Amino acid sequence: MKIGVFVKQVPDTETKIRTKADGSGIEIDGVKFIVNPYDEFAIEEALKTKEKAGAAEVVILSLGPTRVVEALRSGLAMGADRAIHIDDSGIVLDSFVTAKILAKTAETEKFDLIFCGKQAIDDDAAQVPQMVAELLNIPHVMVIEKFEMNAEKNGVVVHRRIGGGAKEVYDVKLPAIFGCEKGLNTPRYASLPGIMKARSKPVTTLKALELMGDSKPRTGNRNYRLPPERPAGKMLQGTPEEVAKELVRLLREEAKVI
Amino acid sequence: MILVLGEHSEGKIKKTTFELVSKATELGQALNTEVSVALIGKGIEGAEGLGTYGAQKVYHIPTLEKYNPEGMTKILHTLVSELKPSIVLGTASPMGKDLFPRLALRTGAGLTTDCTGLKVDNGKLVATRPIFAGKAFIDVTYETEIQMATTRPNSFMLKTLSPDQKAQVIEKSIEPGEMRTNLVEIVKGKSDRPDLTEASIIVSGGRAMQNSENFKILWELADTIGATVGASRAAVDSGYAPHDMQVGQTGKTVNPNLYVACGISGAIQHLAGMRTSKVIVAINKDPEAPIFKRATYGITGDLFQIVPLLTQEFKKVLAE
Repeated sequence: MKIGVFVKQVPDTETKIRTKADGSGIEIDGVKFIVNPYDEFAIEEALKTKEKAGAAEVVILSLGPTRVVEALRSGLAMGADRAIHIDDSGIVLDSFVTAKILAKTAETEKFDLIFCGKQAIDDDAAQVPQMVAELLNIPHVMVIEKFEMNAEKNGVVVHRRIGGGAKEVYDVKLPAIFGCEKGLNTPRYASLPGIMKARSKPVTTLKALELMGDSKPRTGNRNYRLPPERPAGKMLQGTPEEVAKELVRLLREEAKVI
Repeated sequence: MILVLGEHSEGKIKKTTFELVSKATELGQALNTEVSVALIGKGIEGAEGLGTYGAQKVYHIPTLEKYNPEGMTKILHTLVSELKPSIVLGTASPMGKDLFPRLALRTGAGLTTDCTGLKVDNGKLVATRPIFAGKAFIDVTYETEIQMATTRPNSFMLKTLSPDQKAQVIEKSIEPGEMRTNLVEIVKGKSDRPDLTEASIIVSGGRAMQNSENFKILWELADTIGATVGASRAAVDSGYAPHDMQVGQTGKTVNPNLYVACGISGAIQHLAGMRTSKVIVAINKDPEAPIFKRATYGITGDLFQIVPLLTQEFKKVLAE
């Protein structure tokens, strides 16, 4: 069994975002990059699945500049077998072009199963996995919080979170792609021997330019900006009884939200 | 034509669909084109009522009862191929978020997800959306003939075009085809409240809640004002609340009309997840808490004292 994991490197959640003066993008000078938190659940689920399946290979992929190799190394340190870095230099990416490149790579690798995060916490687009599924003509299930192989190991049962605490339970034929959500598992820490071993595991580099064919972005991002500052709020003063009463009045009469 | 994918819950059309049709009607006026709605499922009530918000036609397709990504993509692809809309809109709900990327790929459309604003510029759609969970915003333009977008609940005002106008309902039978994802069952949640991402009022608790039992006072306030209860990452990581209640950059990004933050100091990731809330109330003991910089109304005090008083006061005035 061959398991693929899509990993994205994203700015740390602590990052205070700054936009470029001309609105063309985000300033990345001095930004600390991390593995997209949801992708850690994907790596962990791939490793757990490998352990249960017995013979399996876990291959992690990342599209981006040279620095994303760090993200791949941390996946290798957790226990993945090898990694593929797809160098994105010289191209303009949107979800569509990204999906084309990842799908092309996945096609060559012939994965039986692909895990990824339910979304990346930078662009929050949550488009790529479903688009890859469509390009590969395989099923997808996003926002999974439970994953189990069936007895014949040719299919899986997954729980998809749909809100309000409700879940959909799906029976899925493999190959398929799954978007992982918090709660699915607890990602393991890389052990020291794991980190040492990761150094000698193979990382292949491919060129996105050669994989994308004639695909062109379908959307373009403009006018990167910070949200407007909220005007200074009103601090309510008085006894607890007074402030509670005043707040209720303000919410009904001034803000008119209740 | 602008096509809106309508959503319903057990046959009742959702408020977000009315919001979206209202917005689509405004875009349709700018583009001089009509608005249609697709409704998929059986036993849907009040389809013609979508005319009130400006929809001219409703295509009702009863062939798929429960959501299935493959079946739904097939049905909508067939409908889009036939109707040739220039814009297709849906809600950034669990269904819309799941479905639209697949549909966009198949129809050759450009897609923008989770938008908070839509406008027409030079005859083309321009979508505004938050990135980094709301730490920044971008405008998205399209290079494709078909332009698709999913939008966040509570982003647009309900606008009645004409109270007596009825949409023409057209029944269509489109088969969903082969489905390799088989929905075995739907496990219901503990509450019937809307999901955080769709809620118009949210009461959230932070680490200061101290334990899960104490969330009871937030639920009581929520019940009184028709709210959903959320939590900060600190509260979730401490085990006071389950993951699906988490608001923030690695939880849910929310867009309510009112957000009441109780005992939440306001970490950058939390502020990102709730910053598009229209009105923010903060209750915190620490007058220096960063949440107060974002709050519309702030109360420095003990939430265990203030929250029950608020519940009482709301009960009193709402009964009047």
